[in-house]
Amino acid sequence: MKKFNLSINKIIILLFLSIKPLYSAEMTDPIKVDWSFKGLTGTFDRASLQRGFQVYKEVCSSCHSMQYLSYRNLGESGGPEFTEAEVKAIAASFEVTDGPDSQGEMFTRPGRPSDMFVSPHPNKEAAAAANGGAYPPDMSVLVKARKGGANYIYSVLVGYEDPPPGVTLDQGVYYNKYMIGNKIKMPNNLEDGLIEYADGTVSTVDQMAKDVTTFLAWAAEPELEERHRTGVKVIIYLILLTTLVYLSMKKIWSRVDTEV
Amino acid sequence: MSDHEYIPKSKAAKWFNDRLPLLTLGAHLTDYPTPKNLNYWWTFGGILTFCLITQIVTGIVLAMHYVAHADLAFGSVEHIMRNVNYGWLIRYIHSNGASMFFLAVYIHIFRSLFYGSYKSPREIIWILGLMIYLLMMAAAFLGYVLPWGQMSFWGATVITNLFSAIPLVGESITTWLWGAYSVDNPTLNRFFSLHYLFPFLILGLVVLHIWALHIPGNNNPVGIDIKKPSKDTVPFHPYITIKDAFALLVFMIIFAGFVFFTPNVLGHSDNYIPANPLVTPAHIVPEWYLLPFYAILRSVPDKLGGVILMFSAIFILFVLPWLDTSKVRSAVFRPIYRQFFWILVVDVLMLGYVGAMPAEGVYLVLARVGTIYYFLHFIVVLPVVGLLEKTDPIPMSISEPVMTGGAEPSLARKLNEKV
Repeated sequence: MKKFNLSINKIIILLFLSIKPLYSAEMTDPIKVDWSFKGLTGTFDRASLQRGFQVYKEVCSSCHSMQYLSYRNLGESGGPEFTEAEVKAIAASFEVTDGPDSQGEMFTRPGRPSDMFVSPHPNKEAAAAANGGAYPPDMSVLVKARKGGANYIYSVLVGYEDPPPGVTLDQGVYYNKYMIGNKIKMPNNLEDGLIEYADGTVSTVDQMAKDVTTFLAWAAEPELEERHRTGVKVIIYLILLTTLVYLSMKKIWSRVDTEV
Repeated sequence: MSDHEYIPKSKAAKWFNDRLPLLTLGAHLTDYPTPKNLNYWWTFGGILTFCLITQIVTGIVLAMHYVAHADLAFGSVEHIMRNVNYGWLIRYIHSNGASMFFLAVYIHIFRSLFYGSYKSPREIIWILGLMIYLLMMAAAFLGYVLPWGQMSFWGATVITNLFSAIPLVGESITTWLWGAYSVDNPTLNRFFSLHYLFPFLILGLVVLHIWALHIPGNNNPVGIDIKKPSKDTVPFHPYITIKDAFALLVFMIIFAGFVFFTPNVLGHSDNYIPANPLVTPAHIVPEWYLLPFYAILRSVPDKLGGVILMFSAIFILFVLPWLDTSKVRSAVFRPIYRQFFWILVVDVLMLGYVGAMPAEGVYLVLARVGTIYYFLHFIVVLPVVGLLEKTDPIPMSISEPVMTGGAEPSLARKLNEKV
């Protein structure tokens, strides 16, 4: 313990003296996408959210957890807005460990809407071990946890390339021009036609990347639509009140010889 | 305190007021004679009171749902964001509220520097204000640790490690602060406890700050002593209350803009990654309001030297009233000081900028130049300029134009003779 502490101290001192900037590493600026959820009144594209959930379920969820979401969230307003029956069916398609029962045993049962998203691995260590030592990050708030947000996530998903000459990659490491340092341990999991979208949309890599990024943006900020709507109302209210108070102030101060 | 005796109208009110003169206090606060020429830079006191109350109220609600445990804190914040009714709104008000609080306090402090509000007889108000500012920085730092993200953890590690620079006992003090051999669950627990305590200490100091203010009364843009009450003053209510309300509402529009439309822009994306003691973020930066001090800290190659300099940068402000030798308060009548004031503003902004940049190359040079200038301003510029500067003529009162002369010799005339 003491040894670990000392090494931390050394790291800190080193950091103080020569902080290496994040952005000095090689990486290309993320692609700017005109997301529907941008701007003051931005909302999510409902169909894209539903397709994005499908991409998550069929591709991402085999490695990435989303432990802070519940299946019920999928039916809530401002989200993918699946119907109640659909949410129940989605939840039921997952095996949830519950218990202990009256005999003290854990048991599995079909998921319910109130259950949290089932994680693909029992813990971080197991997730890392199954993925060549690299822990696939939980995706609940991933869009908020990366500089560049949705643009960055989308760019990484479509940014796989053959490494330029001179760059050698270890086993299980891939070249991605938008990733910091250009090296990523997640393989390119998207290919054209990989998914049969329920709504018949053609599943190009670009389409899937956009859909799943939209889904992740909602997962990170499920309150976004309500926040935007409330914000517009609050600001309009404040501007009206400010105007009234300003006029009252002018009236009151007209009694003295000072400009206000 | 009040200039005229307040007599309650009803018998019951009189009975109560004789025993606890709350009504007298209320009357004093509403009648309080205030210079009529206060500009909008003077509205930030009220805005700061609003900020403090907002932080306390939202903070108390957040504490009802937050769990101060290293394994659960991050998840409990997500629980607030997702499952608590309007939890996202309360948390975003609280996190952006900290930034708005500092924005307002920096304007408030620089207003004081410009108009000489720290000078006699207002030194105690100034010192109380600095104590509030120190506690605010501590509270903000402690609060930033609570979500237990990567920046929380590593920010806490960096700041607590500053104490290890103290010779001989530094390591022991750091371990004592942590309650462990590194930043860990005991650290988070005590930080939460202290984060809940500090705002109430601030509140107490605010009461003293306002009490001390009400003894000499407000300074004003002209910086002269005024007779109270007189034609130079207006009663606090309704004149100042309505003006403060207007300024506060404008401030709230900006505040709401952050909360509703870009709630995370002032934070760091790494803090949405759960704390991991084994992975150091590539670039540890404090919140924006601490950046100038961070730049000063890093401008010194020696750790202990950096820590001493950083704390000196704050503590030098405590002796500011005695470093400034000028008898004229307002920079409006100080043509030389006025220019140095703006250079200081630019210097602090530059230090803030380089504090966010890596401490190398040109940024390190700028940080060192900025740091040296910061101290020069207080140790050399202020005393020397105060002695040598030829100040502009000062008006006798707020109502009268410059130097027409009043019925009675005012302080202004005496000052003009002196300079």
